[in-house]
Amino acid sequence: MSIMSTIKRIDSGAPLTRAPRNRLGRPPLTGTKRAAYGLVGTLAIVVLAEAAIRLGLLDERYVPPPSVLINELGSLIAQSSFWISVGQTLAGWGFGLLLAATIAIPLAVLIVSVDVVDRALRPIIEFLRPVPSVALIPVAILLFGVGSESKLFLVTFGAIWPLLIQTVIGLRDIDPTQLTTAKSYRVPRSDLILRVILPNAMPYIATGARIASTTALIVTIVAELIIGSAGLGRDISFAQASNATVTMYALIMTTGFLGLILNLLVLTIERRLLRWHPSHREVIG
Amino acid sequence: MSVTLGKRPLRRHPRLLQAVEIATPVLVIIALLVWTGQAGIYYFPPLAPILLDFVPFWFSERLWTDFVPSVSRLSLGYLIAVAVGIPAGLLLGRYPRVRATFTPVLEFIRAIPAPALIPLVILVVGIGDDAKVALIAVVCIWPILLNAMDGATGMEPVYIETSTVYRIDMWRRFTHVVLPAAAPQIFAGMRTALALALIMVVVSEMAASQNGIGHVILVSQRTFALADMWSGIILLGLLGFTLNLLFVRLERVILAWHHGSRELPQ
Repeated sequence: MSIMSTIKRIDSGAPLTRAPRNRLGRPPLTGTKRAAYGLVGTLAIVVLAEAAIRLGLLDERYVPPPSVLINELGSLIAQSSFWISVGQTLAGWGFGLLLAATIAIPLAVLIVSVDVVDRALRPIIEFLRPVPSVALIPVAILLFGVGSESKLFLVTFGAIWPLLIQTVIGLRDIDPTQLTTAKSYRVPRSDLILRVILPNAMPYIATGARIASTTALIVTIVAELIIGSAGLGRDISFAQASNATVTMYALIMTTGFLGLILNLLVLTIERRLLRWHPSHREVIG
Repeated sequence: MSVTLGKRPLRRHPRLLQAVEIATPVLVIIALLVWTGQAGIYYFPPLAPILLDFVPFWFSERLWTDFVPSVSRLSLGYLIAVAVGIPAGLLLGRYPRVRATFTPVLEFIRAIPAPALIPLVILVVGIGDDAKVALIAVVCIWPILLNAMDGATGMEPVYIETSTVYRIDMWRRFTHVVLPAAAPQIFAGMRTALALALIMVVVSEMAASQNGIGHVILVSQRTFALADMWSGIILLGLLGFTLNLLFVRLERVILAWHHGSRELPQ
């Protein structure tokens, strides 16, 4: 019940659509004002960090000043090897997520449609789900070597659970009226699933995809870091091993930007696909 | 009232379904026992000796050298994250200007995939126990902090207005009004953080360590002691399962009032 209510809350988009309200007597912050505060805060932190490092309060060997870091980022993005690494990391993320979805969604449909399958798989899923995907790193190395197949295997394993669980919850959450209406009209079973039940579960699948996307990026980086599959994670561990501290920080920042961009991407796709759904309609209206 | 897609729901045979639920895992384990015992595939050594050795392997000498260190790193890092994340998140959530000031930086730090920070922590703090605890705390703090912040921001304004009208002081307002209101969301964040903590302890032990469950698993793989490797993986699975179970129990007790209030109207 707790998961359900939490998901419903996330899913209803309440924090996004609710007007910001404050304590008594204070006017709410407008969008521009909020952006201004954010800009000032960010700049202040950057300037403070720069000053602290220049003044020797923080050891420059461990924490490079922001100006040096920005410089390094600038020279990194001019190198083709950097972009190849970004591409490899993105490939691990994307293919893993795709593979997870192709397994999880049909499996969820099967679980919801057939009671016996549901009951048979329930204990197995409940046991496998909390297994941290990193525990399988050695198995992946043995079975698939240190290349991108290992990465794909681990990412898929990590991303499958949020997608599966969310899809099952979504498929079960259908409004009985819709289902009985479709049944009264003798909508064929395949259409019933494709046109009534799956679209209805879309918001849940989208939430699952958002969680899975974050997990997939984490596992991709872990695979590159520990196994040594090509990508940003491996570059970070190389930079650390060769004492290239500034490069290491710049690469870590890159993974942060990557995380932000991917979050944004998933959110945009979600908005596009769910434009018709009540939780997203207010944005237009 | 759940609805099934099936033509004839099997709900009329609850006994049968229950039997299926119990029989399947048993059958799977038996199948694995037989298969690994017979097939002789190098990567999947016979399961029976692994299971028989499981308790002596982990709970004699390794209990103190590997199991306890892993679990204590995990719990300490996690508790620090909870102790810092909740108050910081609640404060940020209640003061919109402070929140707006820090939001871009917080969002950026959150977006960094946590394991990318391992080399950084190794560089700055080293590879000792402190480093691992610090890493787990640094990583786990974000889901807790951000969920506490969202919970405190999105709470019913009437609660705050009422406590202002009754002149309830700041401390009590936070402990008695804001904290309970944000609690369900804080628990959601704590749950995410728990999964992350387990991942981070294993990864950090694999990356650089002298002991711990992650270390044992990786060394076993490198020395081709595959039975030990599988034993470690099973232990991690059990650990994840147990932690999750404990967490759900705890949540159910602490948030009993919340679940109660949600179920009534239905």
